[in-house]
Amino acid sequence: MQSVVKDRPMLSDHQLALKAVALRRRMLRLIHDAGAGHTGGGLSCLDILNVLYHRVLRVTPGTVDSPTRDRYVQSKGHCVEALYAVLSARGYFPEADLATVCRYQSPYVGHPTRKIRGVEMNTGALGHGLPICLGMALASKMDGDAFRVFTLLGDGELAEGSNWEAAMAAAHYNLDNLVAILDHNTLQITGHTRDVMSNEPLDAKWRAFGWEVRIVDGHDYAALTAALTAPHPGKPLFVIANTVKGKGVSFMENVGKWHHGVPSDAELAQALAELDAAEVKVERVALNALSSGAIQASALGSTRSTSKS
Amino acid sequence: MTEFRQTRQGYVDALIELATEIPELLVLDADVAKATKTADFQKKFPSRHINCGTAEQNELSVAAGLALEGFLPFATTFAMFATARAGDQLRNSIAYPKLNVKVAATHGGITTGGDGASHQACEDIAIARALPNMTVLVPGDYEEARRATLAAARHVGPVYLRFGRDTYPVVPALHGEFVIGRAKLLRNGGDVTLVSTGIMAGEALRAAEQLAAAGISARVLHYPTIKPFDAEPLLRAARQTRGLVTAEEHSIIGGLGEAAAAAILEAGLGTPLRRIGVRDVFGESGQAGDLLDKFGLRAANIAQAAQALLRPAAVPA
Ligand SMILES: Cc1ncc(C[n+]2csc(CCOP(=O)(O)OP(=O)(O)O)c2C)c(N)n1
Ligand SMILES: [Mg+2]
Repeated sequence: MQSVVKDRPMLSDHQLALKAVALRRRMLRLIHDAGAGHTGGGLSCLDILNVLYHRVLRVTPGTVDSPTRDRYVQSKGHCVEALYAVLSARGYFPEADLATVCRYQSPYVGHPTRKIRGVEMNTGALGHGLPICLGMALASKMDGDAFRVFTLLGDGELAEGSNWEAAMAAAHYNLDNLVAILDHNTLQITGHTRDVMSNEPLDAKWRAFGWEVRIVDGHDYAALTAALTAPHPGKPLFVIANTVKGKGVSFMENVGKWHHGVPSDAELAQALAELDAAEVKVERVALNALSSGAIQASALGSTRSTSKS
Repeated sequence: MTEFRQTRQGYVDALIELATEIPELLVLDADVAKATKTADFQKKFPSRHINCGTAEQNELSVAAGLALEGFLPFATTFAMFATARAGDQLRNSIAYPKLNVKVAATHGGITTGGDGASHQACEDIAIARALPNMTVLVPGDYEEARRATLAAARHVGPVYLRFGRDTYPVVPALHGEFVIGRAKLLRNGGDVTLVSTGIMAGEALRAAEQLAAAGISARVLHYPTIKPFDAEPLLRAARQTRGLVTAEEHSIIGGLGEAAAAAILEAGLGTPLRRIGVRDVFGESGQAGDLLDKFGLRAANIAQAAQALLRPAAVPA
């Protein structure tokens, strides 16, 4: 099992589930207020970011300049709103800043930039993240395996040839400090990936390219944690996270138009009501488990998080 | 009331007009058909629309292959990806073999909304213009975009067509005959010349009015074709007026301004020139109007530059 690392909070599944609701609220509000954003793909990757930033990445707002911090580059940069939500929740910048996203003269533009505290790299043009992370992972090796490198790819994004050049090279260099996570929501802008440009079987392809491949439910915290933390000696790791585009809001789930859809006032209200109900359910499940003796209070996680979050 | 329309819509409306007349015409896209508007074409002619997925390099080379086999492909994506991501394919698969491929780029310039600099192509004209064999068209409103597309389809050889994302004012002065390689005289004047491309035509015309109010007579020349560059009317203007101001929704590097400056100097003329454009910086998020203000791409900026040119101190003897 995972040991608690000092420079990284370790939230329980229960805490993560509550966090997930809060992050979804935060992200939906910000997209609504900005009048722009990538809702579907943001919701599909939020649980992955939640696990990365609350369990896996050795990063805190205090380590932004530390040479040994883990690196995360969001290759599917269009889902910057999810990243902003998580980074603000982790204290990289004030939540109030989110009111300026995509606004004139705000540094919080519609795709990630290094001007924002906690953002490692500018992305937005798809197909750049993996090759960039390959370079960072090579650098880490040269510096004695100083840090690990993570990226998040979209499944539509995989059609960019640069991904496959990097896939080949990462295995060639045996980069076992490199992890690529695929947000496998099976949708891209113009429809289902299988109809637009089919890319399956992904597991066989990445294995054939020399990667360790793990397939998980991208909304299951324990499964994601295990897949992202178990070692993969000698090989880069490709985690296929099966996700639902629009996850957590019934009318957005698996609906293509929410790729770039912005909720109206009424839609936001409905989405927030669903999230309130989800929060109540998380609490109820925990209480039931406690009262039936299935779990101890400690399993819910205390306030022992080692970093403010 | 000024009417506002999209140049990308003019592009796709022309494609739909052309489809029956030219059975070889195909439209390629790269997972952005709603944004480029080629989804409208796809609805009407599904078997003649090829969605290449998020793979612009593949898209442009596939278009080259189709052209080799006698089709007339319009390879469509955002300007950023048509010229930067697939720049090698644009050069080596299309321009160099001089294939009959039309590369249609939407979301050119800074008026792309919330996306920020990663999606704001301010160097695409420079890239396309530097390629031998490439014709470069930058229309200024819906109707000119429609006519430019019709002309591109009838022109044999590689063409780069640049459109925007936003809605832009309709400029009736642009609606005459569209001839590739011919500049348009939008307004006559004798003191100074304003030279526009793309959506800056409307700003240049407004600048001419502002100047007229200040007693300055401004000529307005519009370049919907950046290449081949129609030097003759520009040189005439350089001889007949006391200065020129170029205006483009593009970097001041490598676009209309530099093309005009080079033509004037090579003709042995020393007419003063000022460039209005994005001054070697990356873009940012915002509404089109705010960004045009911020980057100094407004009629007032053009008029100001013209007045500065005409001040005696600005013109060395
Ligand atoms: C090089 C490039 N081409 C096109 C785009 C426009 N674009 C933004 S998101 C997207 C679809 C991506 O689909 P996917 O990777 O599946 O993202 P997700 O479903 O996770 O949102 C496209 C084509 C881009 N950002 N970069
Ligand atoms: Mg997807």
